[in-house]
Amino acid sequence: MGETPHRSADAGTGGTRVTQSHEWPAGASARVAEAPVSTRSPGGAGLGGGGALPRSRKFGAERAFRGLTLAAGTAVLVIIAAIAIFLVAKAVPALRANTENFWSYEGWSPNDPEPKFGIGTLAFGTVLSSALALLIAVPVALGIALYLSHYAPRRLGTALGFLVDLLAAVPSVVFGLWGRDVFSSPVRDFSIWLNQHFGWIPLFGGDGPFGASIMLGALVLAIMVLPIITSLSREVFLQTPTANEEAALALGATRWEMLRTAVLPYGRPGIIAAVMLGLGRALGETIALALTLGITFGISFNLIQNGGNTIAANIANAFGEANETGRGALIASGLVLFTITLIVNITARAIIYRRREFTESAA
Amino acid sequence: MTTTVTSHRTRPPAQPATLRARRLPWYAAPAIAVAALALSAVIVYGTDIGGPVLVVVLAAVLYLVGLFAAANAVEGRRSARNRTWSALIHSAFVLAVLPLVSVVWTLVSKGAERLDVNFFQTSMNNIGARDANGGAYHAILGTLEQVGIATLITVPLGILCAIYIVEYGRGKFAFAIRFFVDVMTGIPSIVSGLFVLAFWVLIVSPWFNDGRPSFSGFAAALALSVLMLPTIVRSTEEMLRLVPPPLREGAYALGVPKWKTILRVVLPTALPGIVTGVMLAIARAAGETAPVLLVAGGGAAINTNPFENNQSSLSLFVYQQAGDASRYAPARAWTAALTLVALVLILTIAAKLLARRNRLSR
Repeated sequence: MGETPHRSADAGTGGTRVTQSHEWPAGASARVAEAPVSTRSPGGAGLGGGGALPRSRKFGAERAFRGLTLAAGTAVLVIIAAIAIFLVAKAVPALRANTENFWSYEGWSPNDPEPKFGIGTLAFGTVLSSALALLIAVPVALGIALYLSHYAPRRLGTALGFLVDLLAAVPSVVFGLWGRDVFSSPVRDFSIWLNQHFGWIPLFGGDGPFGASIMLGALVLAIMVLPIITSLSREVFLQTPTANEEAALALGATRWEMLRTAVLPYGRPGIIAAVMLGLGRALGETIALALTLGITFGISFNLIQNGGNTIAANIANAFGEANETGRGALIASGLVLFTITLIVNITARAIIYRRREFTESAA
Repeated sequence: MTTTVTSHRTRPPAQPATLRARRLPWYAAPAIAVAALALSAVIVYGTDIGGPVLVVVLAAVLYLVGLFAAANAVEGRRSARNRTWSALIHSAFVLAVLPLVSVVWTLVSKGAERLDVNFFQTSMNNIGARDANGGAYHAILGTLEQVGIATLITVPLGILCAIYIVEYGRGKFAFAIRFFVDVMTGIPSIVSGLFVLAFWVLIVSPWFNDGRPSFSGFAAALALSVLMLPTIVRSTEEMLRLVPPPLREGAYALGVPKWKTILRVVLPTALPGIVTGVMLAIARAAGETAPVLLVAGGGAAINTNPFENNQSSLSLFVYQQAGDASRYAPARAWTAALTLVALVLILTIAAKLLARRNRLSR
């Protein structure tokens, strides 16, 4: 299945393992994507003196092992396909039972005798909170990454980079708990202040209560994705060829001009990839938002009033009391989330693959 | 890095020629900062629109503007830009450190409250809303079992998959696997939970549970496996690629078959790096809440059997206690969070130290 035709062809012509390993030097295996070019001439069976060596067995350990690895590789594709298939299989009955439009209905009561639920408000909340979080996190994260790679003393930069990597490993439930217990009160004060002085802007209008709002959720989300974006983009910045940086400095560039002309253009694909991965994480974030958002249904751009909801947070909150249709409805909403993140991820990967030199760092 | 005399800003001939460009004196930046703070305090308290926080924020903005203006007047526009951006980058760092320090501080100070022996020896069984004690023994047990099973499933699968990608895979099929491993990295944890809910809990588990769906620790382990697999494949793949080709070629030259070369030469060489990747994946999986919430069911009592009945986990325990109305619940939640973070960080730090000792690392 995964073999190219000419390879399986020479299994029957007495091609031995020795000649094979000459034909496939181990170094060449580092390039999977490039189609291998046979170096062997059409009638080259005698190249390695193959006739003198024992014929390769048809069902030897080699084949078994290769088959095993092939099965493991195929398992990945099977899992992704299975995710899509099983989600669809469980979502369809619930969607059939839905008495309202799945895309436009504002509300979520799938457990009623006449199930009514719609994804619109949830998808809106997901996109809004993620977009806000990235809007806040990306400039700050890039600033920190530049600080760690080009401003801080080398040892301090390495130590702080290590710390950032550790923060990226802190579980989201901890950030959620912190956001609800500690961070919500300064955010509430800030929201009240915004409402008093900038209440004429619709974003900051309303009569309260304030606090458990989209703004709190987005801020907590921003703090969570910050370490991820920082650590990825820092690695990309560190990989800028020193020659480029020194050339810029030698031409009389200030440090900022050096960053702008040498470091940032070189790291652009890496930055985009880091941002997209951060977006993927923000879109799928569940527990932190389930703890910080004040769950409501309705499409509103008001950032500071209690409210907001996302697909993932709604799954976590509504799962406990869901009956069979309720579960199906939640699975349907998960399917929508899966599709959104799949699109984001495939786009990010396509960008990375176009500039292959960044694949190693931007994993 | 300073502008030279040959720049377009030439001095009038009357002035003495100097080889150094004019620079702001060292006290300029602190002076501007003090002035900005004073001005900002006057504005804020004069118009009565806010408190000390606003003073600092406004002062920071005024400082940036003042610094730009001063540097622009003395040193020129390019240098002024350089200074402003430098100040912005430094302030981004300070801005980000504040909340992160707050998280760590809250974690330690609030988590220490219930950090006693009782917490690690009891479960939440028969603990009512008015009981101050109760612990996370069952949750710690659940986390260890679920993550352990997930590791047992994922490590062989992930390493074999990486071997296929690096050593055997050719052409479009191998590329597709590689691509979808990358895509799988971004699958939200809640979706993997829903997948296992739809596949294992609702469809498979009724077969051996009298037709009723059953939540279990094993289901949580399956969901965690889906999340761990891509991480392990990716890190193993990178490590295998770093194994020097001469090692493989030496083995081939001695007549060692390819599968034996991989198992006896390539894997042992890459082993420290692979272990690092596995540990990072375990750390990530241990902190996941959403999938466990959906498929493990949670439970207050100790359940050592991951294949039957509800099981809890540390992260799920934190989430449940956070939603509990009891006045003793927050303390339990924070202590469990501290335990969880300690577990995850120990794994992460050990993995990174191991990576540093790895001879293959870049």
